Amino acid sequence: MNAQLMLIQVFNGLVNGAFFALLSLGLAVIFGLLRIVNFAHGALYMLGAFVAFALGQAFGLGFWPALLVAPVVVGLLGVALERGLLRRLYGLDPSYNLLLTFGLTLLIQDAIKQVMLTRYAVSSAPYTIPEALVGATNLGFVFFPTYRLFVIGFAVVVCAATWFVIERTRVGAVIRAATENPTVTQAFGIDVGRWVTIVFGFGVALAALAGVLAAPIYSVEPYMGSELIIVTFAVVVIGGMGSILGSVVTGFAVGVLVALGSALYPPIANTLVFVLMALVLLLRPNGLFGLPETK
Amino acid sequence: MTVPEVARGAALTGDAPLLSVRNLNAYYGQSHVLHDVNFTVGRGEVVSLIGRNGAGKTTTLKSVMGVLRSRTGQVTFEGRDLVRLPSNAVARHGIAWVPEERAILSTLSVRENLELPPARPGGWSLDKIHQHFPVLRERGHHPGSKLSGGEQQMLAIARVLRSGPKLLLLDEPSEGLAPVIVQRIAAMLDTLRAEGMSVVLVEQNLRFATRLADRHYVLVNGAVVEEVARADVAAREADLLDYLSV
Repeated sequence: MNAQLMLIQVFNGLVNGAFFALLSLGLAVIFGLLRIVNFAHGALYMLGAFVAFALGQAFGLGFWPALLVAPVVVGLLGVALERGLLRRLYGLDPSYNLLLTFGLTLLIQDAIKQVMLTRYAVSSAPYTIPEALVGATNLGFVFFPTYRLFVIGFAVVVCAATWFVIERTRVGAVIRAATENPTVTQAFGIDVGRWVTIVFGFGVALAALAGVLAAPIYSVEPYMGSELIIVTFAVVVIGGMGSILGSVVTGFAVGVLVALGSALYPPIANTLVFVLMALVLLLRPNGLFGLPETK
Repeated sequence: MTVPEVARGAALTGDAPLLSVRNLNAYYGQSHVLHDVNFTVGRGEVVSLIGRNGAGKTTTLKSVMGVLRSRTGQVTFEGRDLVRLPSNAVARHGIAWVPEERAILSTLSVRENLELPPARPGGWSLDKIHQHFPVLRERGHHPGSKLSGGEQQMLAIARVLRSGPKLLLLDEPSEGLAPVIVQRIAAMLDTLRAEGMSVVLVEQNLRFATRLADRHYVLVNGAVVEEVARADVAAREADLLDYLSV
């Protein structure tokens, strides 16, 4: 493989990595504070894409407003799910949360499938690239689709902004404190339960945001999150459960690794990430960026 | 530093106590660990809970604070019963808890630890905290976990002062500290009392407890078995040491 082809694959990998990073970032902030592995994350990613599509169909809402509105709508659904369902399971065996979020995945996927079939008479729907991002940009070595470059840049900005808020602001200090020691944080007069709801809603909104970004590339279909979420879980494990930096860096790195792997030896592309996960679990069980559990 | 007489006098007025704990029972799962605990704390008063490991001292503080929710009885603070409230609401009423393990947040810097509790009217400003604990200014950007044991204890106490509590629940503040640091902690508590703050002190270090407290409650097997006034400590020292021995 020559250098030019490798560079193209790196950029293709960064596009996939952008979705891994946004999804694993959402999973990481949720797992960090709630200690919940949110199996419904892939379905909520799909829901983001579907809401953008449905709002476009119903009100003619374009990509740019949908990029804001769909994550807010799905994020609010996340708030309702946390308040109405997940909250009842805190303190119980983690398998209850796994069962609940897995059940929600099936419900959301099938509900959207029914809506798409009955209302729009399609099983998958294309989503138009915004006009400003149509076409290709000359990178010097190749013309690369402008929209895909935007996805990479936008994901980097969102991940960096999330990192900044969590690591450098008072809001982030409260979230880190509640993650590390919820009992003491609550005793300072801080309503940890309210922060749990906010963080869950934010993590879900990140998944929905990734869904809206993905819609013009992959089109909208009920099971679009199923495969992606499996690799995303591997990304979270490799990066370190709950590690924000780990999930972002690993998300992009795995995207590039899979793209290069598929160019070098296509049969190995899909298993490469799981081989890497197995190696990391063997050599560094807390993940590349994870800290040992203190509790 | 000596304890100001003015502050001691405040506890001796005939006013209703700041904190009144009546028939407090607490449970860990199926285990009944506190049995009808009764005690009071006056305004500006320092009260100690003494007893050997497992006597229920820490559980009593956690029950008052609302950290341990399985509890019954009355926890009346400034006339309001707090026993049904979660710890964040108890904190907003003016009670602060400094746990035994200090609970310095390692993912936060010293400065972030200090600024975490919401600042409230009457609370210490950051400047005032830094005046009393210059080391916390010098180490402001270090992770909280990198401080020495004594510095961590100072941070743990200074941190809750931001919220201007009227009552401080202090769990084993002298544990594991060098004598010179213990003296500084004691001087710090004198300062807080001079400002009118009340303290419930859980201690196994009898010398430290008797140096500071106006009254002592002895806990045995989750129940208060005796109350000893400061004036009676000298005569009862052997008995008190006996309560603490294993």
